[in-house]
Amino acid sequence: MGETVIKTDKLTKRFGDFIAADEITFEVEKGEIFGFLGANGAGKTTAMRMLCGLSIPSSGSATIAGFDVYKQTEQIKRNIGYMSQKFSLYEDLTVIENIKFFGGIYGLTNLQIKTKSDELLHNLGLEQEAKKLVASLPLGWKQKLSFSVAVLHEPKIVFLDEPTGGVDPVTRRQFWDLIYNAADRGVTIFVTTHYMDEAEYCNRISLMVDGKIKALDTPRNLKNTFGVETMDEVFYKLARGAKRGD
Amino acid sequence: MKQFLVFIKKEFAHVLRDRKTLLILFGMPVVQILIFGFALTNEVKNSRIVVMDQANDAASKEIITKIGASRYFDIVRTVMSHQQMEDAFKRGDIRMAVIFPAGFNNDLLHQNAAQIQVIADASDPNNATTLTSYVGSIIQDYQAQLSKTSKVPYRIQPEIRMLYNPQLKGAPNFVPGVMALVLMLVCVMMTAVSIVKEKETGTMEILLVSPFRPILVIISKAIPYLLLSLINVASILLLSVFVLDLPVNGNILLLFAESTLFIITCLTVGIFISVKTNSQQVAMLISLMGMLLPTILFSGFMFPIENMPVPLQWFSNIIPAKWYYIIVKDIMIKGLGFNAIWKETLILSGITVALLIVSLKSFKIRLS
Repeated sequence: MGETVIKTDKLTKRFGDFIAADEITFEVEKGEIFGFLGANGAGKTTAMRMLCGLSIPSSGSATIAGFDVYKQTEQIKRNIGYMSQKFSLYEDLTVIENIKFFGGIYGLTNLQIKTKSDELLHNLGLEQEAKKLVASLPLGWKQKLSFSVAVLHEPKIVFLDEPTGGVDPVTRRQFWDLIYNAADRGVTIFVTTHYMDEAEYCNRISLMVDGKIKALDTPRNLKNTFGVETMDEVFYKLARGAKRGD
Repeated sequence: MKQFLVFIKKEFAHVLRDRKTLLILFGMPVVQILIFGFALTNEVKNSRIVVMDQANDAASKEIITKIGASRYFDIVRTVMSHQQMEDAFKRGDIRMAVIFPAGFNNDLLHQNAAQIQVIADASDPNNATTLTSYVGSIIQDYQAQLSKTSKVPYRIQPEIRMLYNPQLKGAPNFVPGVMALVLMLVCVMMTAVSIVKEKETGTMEILLVSPFRPILVIISKAIPYLLLSLINVASILLLSVFVLDLPVNGNILLLFAESTLFIITCLTVGIFISVKTNSQQVAMLISLMGMLLPTILFSGFMFPIENMPVPLQWFSNIIPAKWYYIIVKDIMIKGLGFNAIWKETLILSGITVALLIVSLKSFKIRLS
């Protein structure tokens, strides 16, 4: 490892008087699974939108896959994948049509799309369902498909915004297997979550409170530092001081 | 470019897979044309009338044949006393009576002028006016025939002219109106809803994070509706020619070009609404209340703009459908060329450009 793919320095976003993200500074290395935690309204989404090139920062600096968030948003977009908390495939298209569409807008060739989609369907065991409408799949499968589509174009970094909301623990575990697989292939995972068991799966975690990063370390070190047994307790200790709520 | 095609293909899949949308898209123009063409018409058909021919000569007979051949009239009896006629009117058996005085042909040939008495049941004034003007036009038609074969200027009273509508069709105005209405509905509502749907389901975010340019997202959303709307224009015109016998008198290419311009105007309005709203219901409501209603009220299609108070007349000028309606009427019914409509075209283009700038600007603001 050792190659830094996300680097931010005092990254700040203001909306009028409100400081949604306040001088965020951190680094993420290649192939790392980086957990981005925080209560609702802590500023996670704002920070993530800046990193994805969807929102221009008010001040500070950041580079994503070596590209500047102010000037090189187009290059950033080519090198990242994104999966939002809302289920984000087209329900009225079939599985294969979704794959072809997203492969297509990322500029993959027909041959690449063919190879990739065969591989993807095989890995997920969805060969039989390829021609079914996505709407007919169970939620767990949709989420897994959604993730696989987000990494279809082999991005350097994939951003997951609460990807496992509303999914049962077994499916969540399977979902994390996919994440580990991707990380093993060298894809950097940047994930936000509310589930503390998921936080344990991450290599490192940052915890945001009121727009600031209050803690950043491995789950084990965090628990040691705060002298508690579980990530839940770490979260409570830090988030209790929060002034902003929903 | 390939990305663009992939996107458009996907948009077509959305539209073609949604049965309800398809039904609205292609069913609506047909239904509207049929409703306006046959049910909601203010034209009066098969009215029972009597003709009293006291002249019984060549000219009167020919005119009576003409009246009888018209689908607007149904001649019930040709001989009747004045008393019988009055009774028939009172009972409501007949709507109109046409009376030829004795020596009608004689008057016409020797004095170059003759009179016909037309009595109409004016308890329904609109109906009466319509009927008398129909008869007037038939007489006018006969008179024109006479003038062709002879140099003598024959005159038959009453004289009523039906400009631009020599075949005596009731209200051809509604076809341009329906075109404006359908295009407005399809383009504004469908684009607005389809873009807002992507926002609602979260797929818009995915698209914005992808390297696909936001402006292209908007354009590729609009293109399928542009094509489908042109199909709608074609189907309305086909219906109008083959079902309603209303031909396109002007240049059909010009008509399609102007329709494309109006479709683009509507698409821009749709995009504007989609940028400003976040739910499909709101988008639909705004499209219906905010666009459809003004289109019906202020395009001049249902209610004459000249009769409105001045501020409303002024307001009607910013309704794109008004200009499109004028353009289609001029091309289709009056058969005029581009010379006659360049001003309206210019205004419509102006409105389109202004809307386009505003929507693209607000779309950008939303992004940052």
